[in-house]
Amino acid sequence: MSSYSQPTRRRHLGDKRLIQMFIIPTVVLLILMNVFPLIYSLYLSFTEYSAINPTPPEWVGLDNYKKVLSDNLYWHNFAVTGRYALISVSLQMIVGFGLAMLLKEKFKGSGLLTTLILVPMMLSPAVVGAFWKNIFNPSFGIFDQFLGYSDPNTAPEWLGDPDLALWAVVIVDVWMWSPFVMLLSLAGLSAIPDYLYEAAAIDRASAWFQFRRITLPQVMPLLLIAVLFRTIEAFKQFDLVMGLTGGGPSLLQGTQAVNVTETVSVKLFRLAMPPQAQTGLSSAMAYVVLVIIIAISNLYIRALNKVREG
Amino acid sequence: MLKKTFSVLVLIALLSIAFTSNFAATPRPVQAQGVSELTIWWAEWDPANYLQQIGNEYEAETGIKVTVVQEPWASYYNKVGAEWAVQGDSFDMVVGDSQWVGQAVEAGHYVDLTAFLNDNGITETVTPATLQYYGEYPQGSGTYYAYPTEGDANGWAYRKDLFEDPDNMAAFEAEYGYPLAIPETWEQLRDIAKFFTRPDDGLYGVGIYTQVDYDAITMGFENIMFSYGADWKDADNNVLGVINSPEAVAALELYGELYDYAPPGTDNAFFAEMNNVFINGQAAMIMNYFAFFPSLDNPDINPYRDSTGYFAMPAGPTGERFAALGGQGISVNSYISDERKQASLDFIKWFAAPEVQARWAAVGGYTCNIEVLESEAFLTQTPYNAAFAQTMTFVKDFWNIPQFGLLLEPAQRYLHAYVVGGEGTAQEALDGMAFEMDEILIAEGVISE
Repeated sequence: MSSYSQPTRRRHLGDKRLIQMFIIPTVVLLILMNVFPLIYSLYLSFTEYSAINPTPPEWVGLDNYKKVLSDNLYWHNFAVTGRYALISVSLQMIVGFGLAMLLKEKFKGSGLLTTLILVPMMLSPAVVGAFWKNIFNPSFGIFDQFLGYSDPNTAPEWLGDPDLALWAVVIVDVWMWSPFVMLLSLAGLSAIPDYLYEAAAIDRASAWFQFRRITLPQVMPLLLIAVLFRTIEAFKQFDLVMGLTGGGPSLLQGTQAVNVTETVSVKLFRLAMPPQAQTGLSSAMAYVVLVIIIAISNLYIRALNKVREG
Repeated sequence: MLKKTFSVLVLIALLSIAFTSNFAATPRPVQAQGVSELTIWWAEWDPANYLQQIGNEYEAETGIKVTVVQEPWASYYNKVGAEWAVQGDSFDMVVGDSQWVGQAVEAGHYVDLTAFLNDNGITETVTPATLQYYGEYPQGSGTYYAYPTEGDANGWAYRKDLFEDPDNMAAFEAEYGYPLAIPETWEQLRDIAKFFTRPDDGLYGVGIYTQVDYDAITMGFENIMFSYGADWKDADNNVLGVINSPEAVAALELYGELYDYAPPGTDNAFFAEMNNVFINGQAAMIMNYFAFFPSLDNPDINPYRDSTGYFAMPAGPTGERFAALGGQGISVNSYISDERKQASLDFIKWFAAPEVQARWAAVGGYTCNIEVLESEAFLTQTPYNAAFAQTMTFVKDFWNIPQFGLLLEPAQRYLHAYVVGGEGTAQEALDGMAFEMDEILIAEGVISE
C-alpha cells in the first residue's frame, strides 16, 4: 500500500512548492553567508569593538567613518590604491589587447603559445609574490640582470626603493593578469564578422580606420568588462603586495611616515586582524571601500550600456 | 506565499545564528572518565616539533596524548585571535608571544597561573627576566599567566674564518687601532661591519632586521636602543621625550649606519633572509633570534658551519647590554572545562620539572630553567648555547599592554622610513613616532592629555 502512495504524493507537488524547494536552500545560504555578515558588519562599523575582546560593541555613531575619512594615513592608502589600480589596469589593457591582436590570426603553435601566456593567471598570487621577490632581488635575481645591471651594488632595489616599489607590484600584476584581458579580447576579436572587414577593404579603408571603426567598437564591450573586473580586483589587491613588499617600504613625507605600497586591503587586514584587531574601525573602512567599488562599477556598467546601445 | 516563507526563513536564520553563537561560547561538557588528550597550539617551527617530542614522552608516562597543532607564523596570531573571538576551546594550551600577554589577560583569555606557579615552586626555577616578560602582567604585579617555555632573544652569528684571518686581523688593527675580535660595543660592531663591507667581493659587513610587516625592524632597533639607555616609555607610560630622546636618536643613527653595510636586497628582511645572506656568504655577521641558529649548525645547510661563531649583544656607551626578547610562554585557555584546565596544569607542572627541562633543552628547546641554563651539559651542547644563556640574563621587551599592536604599527613605519627609506633624520623619524604613539596612548586612555 505504502509503496504506491509515494508516487501519488509526488504528482501533487505543485509548481510553487517545487520552486520553493529549489530557491529556499539558496536563500538560506545567502542569508547566512552574505546578508547577515553584511548587516552585522554595517552595525559594527558604528561601534567601537574588537573581535578578540569579550567587551560588547559600544555605539560610537559616525566616529569610525570620520576617522577613516579625515586621517591622512587612510587617505594615503586610498591614494596608493587608486594610483596602483589606474596604472596597473591601464597597462593590462594595453598589453592584453596587444597580445590578443598579435594572436588573433592562427599560426603554427599559436594554440600552445596562447596556453603558455595564460599560465601566470592560473598561479596563486602568494606563490607569484614569493618567486617575484627573488626575481627582483638585486643580489641574485634575474630582473636587474635582464635590464643590464650586473653589479648588485648599483642595481635598482625594486622592492626597497620607495620610488620603485609600487612599480614592482604593478609589473607583477601586469605579468599575471594581462593574459586575462588577452583572453576576453580574443573572444571579442573572433566574434567580429569577416564581412565587416571585407566591406571596409572594398571601400579602401586603411588598417587604422578598420581598427578604429570596426575592431575597437566591436571589442569594446568585452574590454569594458575586463576593465570592470580588473579594477575591482585592483582595489582589493592584497596577496601580491603582502608577498612582495608587505606594504613597504616606508617613506618620511613631511613629518609623517607612510608605507608606499600599502593598499586599502592591506591596511584593512592590519586593522582587522591581531595585534590591532580594531573590528569596528576596519568594518567602517571596508564599507568605504565597498561604496567606492560600487560607484566605480556603476560608472563602468553605464559606459558598457552606452557602448552596447550605440 | 513565497514572500511569507522567505520572511519566516530569514527570521529562522537570524535566530539560529543568535543561538549558535551562544552555544559556541559554551564550554565542552566535562568527560566523566577524565581527560585523555590535550591540544597545544604553537607556530610552525622546529621548537614546536621538539615540544611534540616532549609531549610524546608525557603520553608514554601518563597515557594522556598531547598534540601540538602548528600554524605558520604569518597566520598564527590571526588563528589564535579568531579562536579568542569565539571564546573557543579548540586548544587547551597556547604557546603565545610575550607581547600578547596584556591583550590576552585583559580580555580574559588566559587562566591566572600565579597560585599554581608559586605553590609548586616553579617561579623560582626560571630566570627572573623570562618570568617577567613571558608570564607577568601587569609588569611588577607578581601575577603570572604563562610559564616561560621557549626562551629566545636576538643574538649574533659571525664568520670566524674572516675574523681570525691574519691579514684581516692586521688590516683591521692598523685601521681602527684595536684588535679584530667579537665586538664588545655597538661602535666596535659598526667598525667591523664597515671593515668587512667589500662589495667587489660580494661580501657585506652585517645583516640586520628590516622587515616592515610585523615587528622585525622594531626588534632589531631596540637591541641598540635599550643598550644606549633609551626606552619605549618612562615609568608613567609617557613617550614624548623618551622614545625621541638623544640616546634613542643616537641608537637609530647607528642602526641606519649598519644598514649601509648590509647586503643589497635586505630591505624587508627577517629571520629567513638573515640566515640566507649568511649561508650564501654575503654577510660577515648577522643578527637573528637564537631559535633560528640551529639551521646554521647544520653542515647540509650552512657551508660555513665549522667556522660559524655566535655572540651575545654588545654593550652601549655606558656598558649596559640588552637584547630584544623573542620566545613564548605557555598559557592555559580560559574557555575549557575545569577538568581540562587541571589536566593542562598537570602537564605544565610535569614540563617545568628540571629533568624534563633538561630533556627539553636536549631535544633542541630553549629552556628558561636556571639550573639547566647554568649546567655544563647545556652550555656545551651547541656552539650558540653559551651566548644564549648569557643573553637570557639581559633581555627586554617592547610594550605588552593590550594596545601594543597599535603602538607597533607607527614604530615599524617610522623606523623603516628612516633606515630603509633613507629620508629625513633620525630625530625627525623618532619625533613623528613619539607624536603618533602619544596620540594613541591618550586615545586609548593609557595616559592622560
